[in-house]
Amino acid sequence: MKILVGVKRVVDANIKVRVKSDNSGIDLANAKMAINPFCEIAVEEAIRLKEAGIADEIIAVSIGPGNCQEQIRTALALGADRGILVETEEHIEPLSVAKIFKSIVDKEQIDLVILGKLSIDTDNNQVGQMLAALCGYPQGTFACNVELKDGKIEVSREIDGGEQTVLLDLPAIVTTDLRLNEPRYASLPNIMKAKNKPIDHVTPADLGVAINSGLKTLSIAPPAQRTAGIKVKSVAELVDKLRTEAKII
Amino acid sequence: MAILVIAEHDNESLKPASLNTVTAAGEIEGEIEVLVAGKDCQNVVDKAARIAGITKVIAADDVCYEYQLAESVAPLVADIGKNYSHILAAATTTGKNLLPRVAALLDVAQISDIVEVLSSDTFVRPIYAGNAMATVQSSDLIKVITVRTTAFSEAEATGNGIIEPTSFTVQQDSSIFVSEQLSKSERPELTSASIIVSGGRGMQNGENFILLEKVADKLGAAIGASRAAVDAGFVPNDYQVGQTGKIVAPDLYIAVGISGAIQHLAGMKDSKVIVAINKDEEAPIFQVADYGLVANLFDALPELEQAL
Repeated sequence: MKILVGVKRVVDANIKVRVKSDNSGIDLANAKMAINPFCEIAVEEAIRLKEAGIADEIIAVSIGPGNCQEQIRTALALGADRGILVETEEHIEPLSVAKIFKSIVDKEQIDLVILGKLSIDTDNNQVGQMLAALCGYPQGTFACNVELKDGKIEVSREIDGGEQTVLLDLPAIVTTDLRLNEPRYASLPNIMKAKNKPIDHVTPADLGVAINSGLKTLSIAPPAQRTAGIKVKSVAELVDKLRTEAKII
Repeated sequence: MAILVIAEHDNESLKPASLNTVTAAGEIEGEIEVLVAGKDCQNVVDKAARIAGITKVIAADDVCYEYQLAESVAPLVADIGKNYSHILAAATTTGKNLLPRVAALLDVAQISDIVEVLSSDTFVRPIYAGNAMATVQSSDLIKVITVRTTAFSEAEATGNGIIEPTSFTVQQDSSIFVSEQLSKSERPELTSASIIVSGGRGMQNGENFILLEKVADKLGAAIGASRAAVDAGFVPNDYQVGQTGKIVAPDLYIAVGISGAIQHLAGMKDSKVIVAINKDEEAPIFQVADYGLVANLFDALPELEQAL
């Protein structure tokens, strides 16, 4: 079985981002970049399927400028077999990302695609579902457990009221939720070995995908700030304030 | 052209999230129609027809929509949706699962999680876990949108829409429903509760949540938790409030033993009144709290229960 995983380069999750003063975007100059945490979970799940003897090959794909290679290298160090960098300097919306993935899925005859449910920068939560639609494949989104069963894949999904389990034909698209697994760290020998694993460089045009979008971002502004209120000295004072001042209980 | 709102329901009752979504639709120019796709869902259809501001309910009642799998519902929405200017659903796990699939079938962008309607084509949505607000404009002929329900009030039940059945069905067996485990609780649902009492790592273990439950019982509140408490296994993951959990905006949010990580704040900072109880007076949660109490929660919670 051939698995494709997506690895998006995003700002490190522990960094508090700041909006540029002219509201044109986020100030990412010199910010530490990393694999999107949900993509890391996707990579980990693929590696576990390979270790279990279910997957034969894991291909890690990233889309963006040349430095996205760093995130592909990290995926290779973790255990992916080879990488594909779809190089572009343009800003790409989810539908175009899905079209690029579809082109690779078709070309490489992928059996299972594992993607993060969302990336922590744009918070869209769209690509997996869109890719599934374009391919005509079933989708197991927000997965917290996956199991291969007689040529099908059973996916447990985190839904608002609890959990739902679906059984999907392969090929299928799975998107990861937080509790699917805990990603490992890359070992030094594996980081060294990853340097020799191949990364293909292609462009969206090579894949026959024209980058366009019906969406335009007009501005990016800081959120309204909440100001700190008062400190109360006791539970009695708190209850009194809630009753007489906030009038909420 | 009209606006299509996808109703969220469990074949028996209409979820309140649908009412928030209709309110968001009301801020866009155009008549509002509601699609109810399910099986034996006449109650939901009737309820939807009474939402204020809607003109029509399209009822797709067929066994193929029983579990509302995206693989079954998306082709229906994409087919019907061709005749609308906007397609809206709540940004719940159901809406987020379905609408991107619909958008891709229609070859248009999807706009996630809007919190404000500026005009028929321009919307505001949070990015970077709410640390920035993006204003986006769509030039697509059909705008496919999910709505952050806490940003819009619930529509009233004073409407009188007509009901129109559709016989469109979808045959697919590539995705089959196996089972569902829903948390059963006597308490209000987290996303629609007017008061929430939430516990964090400071609760120390799952057993101590009983202290929160006692306070919640007095207030008729729902119980929430931070990601730290969920990851530590204190409570199940559907308790989680935060960017990657549930986004809530109750009238009163009481955060107990929660330090206030960015990702937690992103999920609750739109609450009307925030109370924080934490023994660390430097905890970031105090920066967003209207009322802060620096105290040991194991003393404060029993006292609070008594005082209510």
